[in-house]
Amino acid sequence: MSKAEGWRRRGPLLPALIFTIVITQLPFLVTIWYSLRNWNLLRPDGNQFTGLQNYVDIFMDSTFRSSALNSIVITLGCVFFAMILGIIFALLLDRKFRGQGVVRTMLITPFLIMPVAGATLWSISMLNPSFGLVNWAISLVGIPPVDWTASHPIISILMALVWQWTPFTMLLVLAGLQSQPKDVLEAAQIDGASWTKTFVWVTLPQLRRYIELGVLLGTIYVVNTFDQIYLMTAGGPGTASANLPFYIYQRAFLGFDIGQAAAMGVVVVIATIIIATFALRLIFRSFDAKD
Amino acid sequence: MTTVTWLLAFVFFAPVIWLVMTAFKPESAAASNPPVFFFVPTFEQFEAVLSNGAGAYFLNSLIATGVSTILVVLLAVPAAYAVSIRPVKKTSDVLFFFISTKMLPVVAVIMPIYVIAGQLKVLDNIGTLVILYTAMNLPIAVWMMRSFFQEVPAEVLEAASMDGAGLIKTLRTILIPMVTPGLAATALICVIFAWNEFFFALNLTAANASTVPVFLVSQMTSEGLFLAKLSAASVLASLPVVIAGWVAQKQLVRGLSMGAVK
Repeated sequence: MSKAEGWRRRGPLLPALIFTIVITQLPFLVTIWYSLRNWNLLRPDGNQFTGLQNYVDIFMDSTFRSSALNSIVITLGCVFFAMILGIIFALLLDRKFRGQGVVRTMLITPFLIMPVAGATLWSISMLNPSFGLVNWAISLVGIPPVDWTASHPIISILMALVWQWTPFTMLLVLAGLQSQPKDVLEAAQIDGASWTKTFVWVTLPQLRRYIELGVLLGTIYVVNTFDQIYLMTAGGPGTASANLPFYIYQRAFLGFDIGQAAAMGVVVVIATIIIATFALRLIFRSFDAKD
Repeated sequence: MTTVTWLLAFVFFAPVIWLVMTAFKPESAAASNPPVFFFVPTFEQFEAVLSNGAGAYFLNSLIATGVSTILVVLLAVPAAYAVSIRPVKKTSDVLFFFISTKMLPVVAVIMPIYVIAGQLKVLDNIGTLVILYTAMNLPIAVWMMRSFFQEVPAEVLEAASMDGAGLIKTLRTILIPMVTPGLAATALICVIFAWNEFFFALNLTAANASTVPVFLVSQMTSEGLFLAKLSAASVLASLPVVIAGWVAQKQLVRGLSMGAVK
């Protein structure tokens, strides 16, 4: 391939590639630079080079550790429950029945509701201890009222998140179900396989790519969750429900501790890259197998 | 089974019904214990929200969402073309790079962006949001468009190349018409994420460039809690994307599964 031909092929890619590098990678390099400085906007004598001191401090910081744990619990919990519910809804929708379109429309709506609106809806209208709909519903079966966001902050956040992300996994799994060749299912039926057996041995393996894609994309978005935490619990009570994005935001924009927040950002990015590399290799393998 | 499906769907959809009901209530009925299910609907809250300067926020959101989506499409289509139909070397590395930027937590870049934008005097500027939303959606758009392009038969492109058609002509007359549903799906996903984005808007805008999510939050914190008014604002804020998503359900499914559906 000639040089000119190579550039002709590469050319269309360059604007997007350069734009992405400039907007996403340059600020990150600056973050690394900030992370090596002792820079707190509240201290006038600040902003000196301190080497790795910020990183050492992070590992002494118990709130950082608990926020990291919350990030993991919230992300895995949300993706897991949203996937289970998504599979159930998708299986129920993948049949012909009266009002199928209406039911599908109802089920995808939470994904379309603005997350800020969804978060306030859950924290106030649904989970409020005195007039929330959830406490009214559980009072019908005799359960006493619960102050959800104060005493169960993580569960409250998970409720709002699972509600918002289930339609996403449902649509993905539904796409997988609809691309299933019908003759295989019929063959299984003729062989007298039960519904459970057909599901486990025929349907689930065919859904694998879709489930993997859902887990990957869901994780990418959910791990960055900020809106629900900011609006439902503000990370509280105390720092009980802060995840890493929220804690870093607090350090940067409320504590004005630029150096510390930057170092946390760098640690999160490194951890994310390690996890993502494994996840992406998995996805690429299953995509390549098909292409 | 059908009854179970309807019942589950109703329970899952109930918060939305409740949100819409609350928006039509007088304030006294909105926060009452036990909840009020029967009331005389009123448009009072919607009028209050609209007379509260919501228009400027909607205009900002419209510009940020619209312009960033157009930019994403303009950048993503040629890029996806380059990595699918005429593969450059190390295609999968390029794709890996794009998706890996989505894994970069936004909090890790917000401070430099804040400081740089401050020095360039583009804080509280809608153009800043346009650029950031473009960068936010571009990786997913490249991935999606790539999978749609891969469904185009190779013979069609060979024929175009034989006829001596260049990149722009091939894209405009052959490829784009063939992947229009995919393009619509990609644009829809970008619109959803840009319209709903809150973190950048919260931290980088103040008086002039604030978008709808920021307006919603200001409704909650400014003068105490007015639940019915907040619900009306939530309904108005969510409505454009909800309607777009309802109308384009098929495209949404294709988009989310990255065109994997045949």
